[in-house]
Amino acid sequence: MTKRVVVVLVTGLLAACGSSSASGLSTPQTDVTVFAAASLQPAFDKIGARLLTTKRFKTTFSYAGTQTLTSQLTQGAQADVFASADKEHMNTLLDAGLVAAPLAVFATNKLEIAVARGNPKGIHTLTDLARPGLVVVLADPSVPAGKYAQQALRNARVTVKPASLELQVTGVLSKVALGEADAGIVYVSDIVTSGKVDGVSIPDDENVTAVYPIAPLKSATNPAGAKAFIDLVLSTDGQAILKAAGFQGV
Amino acid sequence: MTQLRVPAALVALAGLGLLFFLLPLAGLIVRAPWNQAAASIGSAETVTALELSFFCSVTATAIALVLGIPLALVLSRTSGTLRSVLRALTTLPMVLPPVVGGVALLLAFGRTGLVGSFLYQGFGIQIPFTTAAAVMAETFVAMPFLVIAVEGGMRSLDPRYEEAARALGARGWMVFARVTLPLLRPAISSGAVLCWARALGEFGATITFAGNFPGRTQTVPIAVYIALETHPDSAILLSLVLLAVSVAILVAMRDRWLGAP
Repeated sequence: MTKRVVVVLVTGLLAACGSSSASGLSTPQTDVTVFAAASLQPAFDKIGARLLTTKRFKTTFSYAGTQTLTSQLTQGAQADVFASADKEHMNTLLDAGLVAAPLAVFATNKLEIAVARGNPKGIHTLTDLARPGLVVVLADPSVPAGKYAQQALRNARVTVKPASLELQVTGVLSKVALGEADAGIVYVSDIVTSGKVDGVSIPDDENVTAVYPIAPLKSATNPAGAKAFIDLVLSTDGQAILKAAGFQGV
Repeated sequence: MTQLRVPAALVALAGLGLLFFLLPLAGLIVRAPWNQAAASIGSAETVTALELSFFCSVTATAIALVLGIPLALVLSRTSGTLRSVLRALTTLPMVLPPVVGGVALLLAFGRTGLVGSFLYQGFGIQIPFTTAAAVMAETFVAMPFLVIAVEGGMRSLDPRYEEAARALGARGWMVFARVTLPLLRPAISSGAVLCWARALGEFGATITFAGNFPGRTQTVPIAVYIALETHPDSAILLSLVLLAVSVAILVAMRDRWLGAP
């Protein structure tokens, strides 16, 4: 009797470990797991909803800083698709032999300065961010958005003393939206979809273009779903959703 | 007294539970890049994070002592509904997800927060993103551990000592300082150590309320999180430092927790 309880407990634990195989019993292979850079959330949520209505694939997203997702994947996390906010982290996965097919670049993004509604501090250029007394928040240089922000500041020859180096770009956005920071450097798409902050554009000669590659992963349990998701992202429909969210197509 | 035999199945489950605790620790120790330990622990960034963590956690514990002991005293002397309400409010930060605590702190002490807006508009003081914010986040999360420990100590105190002191003419403050506090020393020290350990490990409320900047708000847990993605080796070593601190606490407190029978 007690032995049976132990066996049931252990098998239960093991079954819980392979969640995809367990759910596969009731709903045959319709779940697609997508690891995506935090900045992609507004667009990808819509693309996921579209995939559900057109192809009956249900998408589960894990949004985080690209660097967080990359370390999770190299540590053995299971996912069908990875969408990165830069090529470097995708290359890390390529080198680790985790990517199943050649990657495709599906979007680009530019940087913009996020400020409070109405721009009360009168911030118009990157140089303004060096103004003393201004609370500026950036993403940590280990985050793609933080790395790009550093490049843009270098292009503008500006030295900024940030109040905080956030662990993902959405952290920068929320600190500005909450009024705790006067300005932050984020993606154009973040400002388009946030609706709570204003954007100050950065001229092209100082700006940096973020390139977003996407690829199916070798650990995929649903390769067909992965392909369907990537196809939709690259399709006219998917590109329209991304453009509406502030990304630039390819 | 004869010891009860524990059924084999329960022993097996207990072993499984113990293994579940021990394996992650073994993972840390096995994977640690011991040959780089000295260089990595001695690096400027690591030392900065360790110093900041030490300063913030000790300050948070000091604040918790000054505010928490009186709070525990009041809690132990109230009863009925008032006591339940006070107790629930004090223990709330223990069960609240730390990130939620951080958001709550922002909404209270941020530039646009309930209290913070007065500070900012009146005096130009901004708390978020400062070391003070990191200390506040740690105090918020860790103080309940001290309050609960001290309150327990007060409840088990024999009231006759205080009554005797009062009968001999001691006033309220003198009774507290000369009789109550010394009697509470074991409860206070164990509560303070628990509080300090919790403050040292604080991550969620700190990153949300204080942000992340080396030397100002980047405590060891945040440094571990960032290093895990950029320099995994130093993340493992920093984790080992925190593990060593925890083990040291357990050893130091063994009389209290590992308890002589």
